[in-house]
Parts: sequence; structure tokens; C-alpha cells
Amino acid sequence: MTLFLEQLLNGLQLGVMLFLMAAGLTLIFGIMGVINLAHGSIYMVGAYVGSWVFLETGSYFLGIPAAIAAAAATGVLIEFFVIRRLYERDHLDQVLATFALILLFNQGVSMVFGLQPLFVATPELLSGSVELLPGLIYPVYRIAIIVSGLAVAVGLYGLINHTRLGMLVRAGSTNREMVRALGVPIGLLYTLVFGLGALLAGFAGFMAGPILAVQVGMGEQILITTFVVVVIGGVGSIRGAFFASLLVGVVDTMLRSYLPGFFREIMVGPEADTLAAGLSSMGIYLLMAIVLLIRPKGLFAASH
Amino acid sequence: MVGDSGQKHPASVATLVLGLFNNVRGVHSMKLKTIGAALALSAFAAAPALAQDPVKIGFISTLSGPAGYLGSQILDGFKLALEDGKLGGVPVEIVAEDDGFKPANGRQIADKMLYDEDIKLFTGIVFSNIAGATVPDILDADAIYVSPNAAPSVFAGEGCNENYFVVAWQNDSLHESAGQNANNLGYKRAFVLAPNYQAGKDAITGFKRMFEGEIVGEIYTQLGQTDFAAEMAQIREADPDMVFQFEPGGMGIAFMRQYQQAGLLGEIPMVVSEPSIDGVILDALGDAAIGVHGSSHWVPDFDNEANKAFMEKWEATYDQPVTFYASQGYDTALLIASALEATGGDISDMDAFRAAMRKADFDSVRGDFEFGPNQHPIQDWYSLEVVAGEDGKPMLKTKEVILEDHGDAYSDQCKM
Repeated sequence: MTLFLEQLLNGLQLGVMLFLMAAGLTLIFGIMGVINLAHGSIYMVGAYVGSWVFLETGSYFLGIPAAIAAAAATGVLIEFFVIRRLYERDHLDQVLATFALILLFNQGVSMVFGLQPLFVATPELLSGSVELLPGLIYPVYRIAIIVSGLAVAVGLYGLINHTRLGMLVRAGSTNREMVRALGVPIGLLYTLVFGLGALLAGFAGFMAGPILAVQVGMGEQILITTFVVVVIGGVGSIRGAFFASLLVGVVDTMLRSYLPGFFREIMVGPEADTLAAGLSSMGIYLLMAIVLLIRPKGLFAASH
Repeated sequence: MVGDSGQKHPASVATLVLGLFNNVRGVHSMKLKTIGAALALSAFAAAPALAQDPVKIGFISTLSGPAGYLGSQILDGFKLALEDGKLGGVPVEIVAEDDGFKPANGRQIADKMLYDEDIKLFTGIVFSNIAGATVPDILDADAIYVSPNAAPSVFAGEGCNENYFVVAWQNDSLHESAGQNANNLGYKRAFVLAPNYQAGKDAITGFKRMFEGEIVGEIYTQLGQTDFAAEMAQIREADPDMVFQFEPGGMGIAFMRQYQQAGLLGEIPMVVSEPSIDGVILDALGDAAIGVHGSSHWVPDFDNEANKAFMEKWEATYDQPVTFYASQGYDTALLIASALEATGGDISDMDAFRAAMRKADFDSVRGDFEFGPNQHPIQDWYSLEVVAGEDGKPMLKTKEVILEDHGDAYSDQCKM
């Protein structure tokens, strides 16, 4: 039972990280109709700049503003110089251009920081582990990720549902043409949304630093899963992104931890492990396929 | 078009993105550098009578990404053995390219080097899955491959080849030493983890071949996985005497850090083979690594002349921690140098070159070295422990020989 609870927490933590990425991606995609593959690069920029500041100053909490500022600035610059030219273009053009950005960012970061990953320790305050329940020992840092991720989710909920900006964002994701027709400065809205998405990605990247290695190409690893989340949740829906993130995080973790045991019960030999490892890495894609079969627009698609 | 792009089709977006990323890591593979050519030219100017074209050495390796340091270390070690751009008195040109940790790239680079650049001598590959895709093409073209690292079981037994030499070890034997080490340390219940690819399977097979206790848990992780939270929970639940993990490169760093964060380090001892506790991982982990048990064929503190010379050169040239990957790159270069010297740099006579290679007539940094019948090393294995060094930083300390003149389990299946 403790094992199950611990895996549930692990799934939740992965889900929260995915949500920080997916929230931005789904807004950008939903409102501007742009497929932004460079979202993973922004995550990487946040991780690198934040970790670098953390390493230089020794203060984790200085790293946070540095990471989100760098990420937001990168996002706004990308929007201004590249994405802005792509709104009217085909998805394929957008994919090509943002894919080129990935290559540029990966190469640029390795020129600035080198090919060796940056290693950052967990901050003093958040290191070690606590016993949540008898026998359930969990790293403090991962708890901190879960808590701050959920806090961001609540903040976003407030922002989207209870502010004028949020209203425009919601309107934009439902009917962009009408928002423009009503005289809303849509260009400014786009830049703001893009910056907001980038900021969240940078925050996620920085928080991932002490757990994973901060390395070139780290963004692509999470980006693919993030797209799965966006698609499952329904494009343009923050609520969908939230539930889909948690769903994908928990399903992925649970499959990885329980599938090998399950196959070993019904099969013998190394084939069980091979099959289990294969199926568990396919799990979230199967989930996506099933969701799309039943709800072709995702679980919480913005209505049209 | 504007109204059109307002219609989103999640399924088509998913296909597009997933299809693209299937190839994402491959695209930014690029030609790194060609060194030695200038040096070879100056040799030409100085001694026209002895002038000869440099022997080109194709160096295909993983030089970028989380595991990029593995390839860079091998390349750096290899270059240390060069004297004025020469190996064994023969000018050489190293053509290094990054496979980006993608088997398909390795193969593509090999084909280009074989047929466009007419290279006959190859080395460099770090990972067994890349070797598996790349080496057969090289051997089929009657070129020579000298492995500085990866040595999957498929090329050690029936699949052995007279053009295939391994300087490092056979994959299994790397982990057999860890299994033996675990026995010597008296552990009875082991939890084992490795990535789900050829070398990972070889690792678990090798460990189990020697380990006499019980395996209480066995997990194959994904290759390139960086978050091991789910695995940590399972280790804690199984409560073994010890953990054996083979997670090379960035995966190992992430694993060890998360092992520590989960509060397992210090609670459940870890007995690993060298790739899980190399110099760079050690540097990244710091004090947390103290007490980890390892086993290796080479440790930086080895007390022999060749190793002292190597360590001196390394410390004078590079400011990064040394790993056994570098020592293998260095040994690979020394082996090639010995064969080039014996044949006068003529690699067109393959029989003579192979015969010279087989003799392994060089002073290895690990002491004794000879080839078995399948052209894989026969060597000693040592246990080691991470201890606090004199400067307070953790270091690898050699303890004792655990396997002497150890070959591999596949050599008698090799008919050459």
C-alpha cells in the first residue's frame, strides 16, 4: 500500500511537471494555432540560466526569478522575431521553423555552456526526505515540486477565469476571429500568452534541474510527452491540460512500476521484462490513441 | 488559411510531432573536427623522403547529449597517445563524427567514411546499440574496427570476426566482476537494474553469472531515462541487501542523485561496475558517493609506468576528471600505434596488420593485457571503493584483485 501511495506521488509529481509545460503549449496552440516545438528549448533555457545563477550565487531562490525571466524573455523574442511571421502559415511551416529553433538553441546552449551537463544540488532547505506516513518516505524536493505545481495551477485558474486577460484568453481559444473583430489588440495578447507559456516552461525546467541533469536536448525529452498531454486534454484547454497531465503522469508511472510484475506472473523468462518494458513505454501513446478514438478532440476540447 | 488553422486536429498534430521527433536527435549530428592533417603536412615538409599520406582513422562516437562526455573522454584519451600527429611513427588523421546517440546515425556515418572517404580503420563507438548497427557494415567492407568501449555479446561468440578487436572488455565481464565483488562482500539479496538495450541485458546476465545470492528484483529501465522515482520506490519495497545498477553516462548521474534524494544511499549499499561510478559521475555526486563499491579493470591510482605517464599527460592537458573511458581511448590508440609501427603504416596488407594487432604489443595503462581467441581482452579485475581523497574530494581507491586473467564467457564459441 505504501508502495502504491509512493508511486501515486511519483505520478503526481511527473504530472505537475508536465502541466507546467502543457499549460503554455496548449494556450499557444489553442489561441494562436501555432505548433511551437521550441517550447522544449525554452524549458532548457530556463533550466540552464536558473541553474547557472544558482551555481554562481549559491542561492536556489535567486535561480527562480532568473530562470523565469530568461525563459519569458526568450519566449517573447521568439514570438516577436519568428512566430509572428507564422500565424497565417500552414502547420508544416510552423513545425519546420520551430524545429529549426530547437537546433539553434541546442547548438547555442552547447556553445555557451559546453556539452557537459550542469549539475545542481537540491537546495539545503528542500533536501532530504520526510516520512509522510509510517513507511512512506518521500524526498522533500519532490513534494516541493508537487506543491508549487499545484499552486501554479490554482493561480492559472484564477487568472484565466477571473481576470479580464483571462477572459480574452478564453475568448481567443474559442473564437479568435471574433476577438479580433471586436477590436482587441490581438498582437499584444499573443505576445503576452507566449511569454506566460514560456515563463511556466522555464520554471519547470529550473525545478527539474536538481532531479535530472541540466543538459542539451533535455527539452525534447519532455516535449513529446507534453504534446501527448495537450492532445489528450484537448487543444486550448487549460483545464484539459491539467487533468491530462495528472492522468499521463500517473498512468506512465504506474505502468512502469506494475507492468513488469504483472507480466512475470503470467509469463516466464526475460520475455516478460522485454514485453513489459516495451508496453510501459508505449502506454501513454496507447492512452492517447484510445482517448482520440472516443473523444476525437480530446477530453476537454474548447468548443467551437 | 486563417480560419482554417483555427480548426485543430489533435490526431494529425500528434502524428506530425511524433514522426518528427523520431528523428530529432539525429539531425543535429554534425561533423566535429578533423585534426592531424596540418601536423601530417608539416611532417611531409620536413622529411619528404619518408613522406606518406596519413592513415585515416574513422572515429564514430557519442559526443553530444547527456552521454556526450563518454565519447569526448575516449577521443581525448585517444589524442593523448598521439605524438606530433603520429601513432607508432606513422602520421594519422582522426576523422571524428558525432553519432548523437542514434544507431542509424552511426551507420550512416560509417557508410560515408567507408565509401566516400575510403577509411579502413575505425574506432570510437561508446554504446552497444550503436555498435550493433554500425560495426557489421564496417566489417562487411573489410575494414578494421577496434572497439574502445562497447563489446556486446553478439560479436564475442559465434559472431566474432577477424577484423574486430576489443580493447575495453566484453560487456558481460565488466559486470561479472561486480557479481564476484558482491559475493566477496557477503551480500545475499540483490536488486538489479539496467537500461533495456543490448548492453543492459549483457550487464544483468554478467552480474547473475557470478552472483551466488538471490535476485529479489530486476528492472529494465528505458534507455535515456532520467527520472527513476518509480524504480526507487520499488527498491525500497524490496528491501535488498544491495543494489546493482548499470546506468552509464547521464542516466547514472540522475540515478545516483535520486538514490541519494530518496534517502536510500547509506541505507542500501550499492555494488556497481565501473560505468555507474566513473570519474565524471563521481565529480557530480561529490561526498554522496563515498562508500559505493565498484569493480574495474582500470582505476586512476594504478601504480604502473604506463598509467603514471598517462595520468601525468591527462592532468597536464585537460582540466576535467579522468574516466576509464579515457584510459580505454588511450589504450586503443597505443594498440593501433603498435600495429602501425610493426607494419610501417601499411594497412593495405590486412593479414599483416591483423597479425600485428593480435600481438597487443603495447604497455597498457591497466598492466597485463592480451587478446583471447575472440580478440577480446584477457585481463585482471579489481575491486574498488569510493573514499575521501587527501584533498577531501571523493576518489576511487583500488582494493584487491577479484578476477585474475579473466576473459569472457563467449570466446570458446568463436571460430575464426
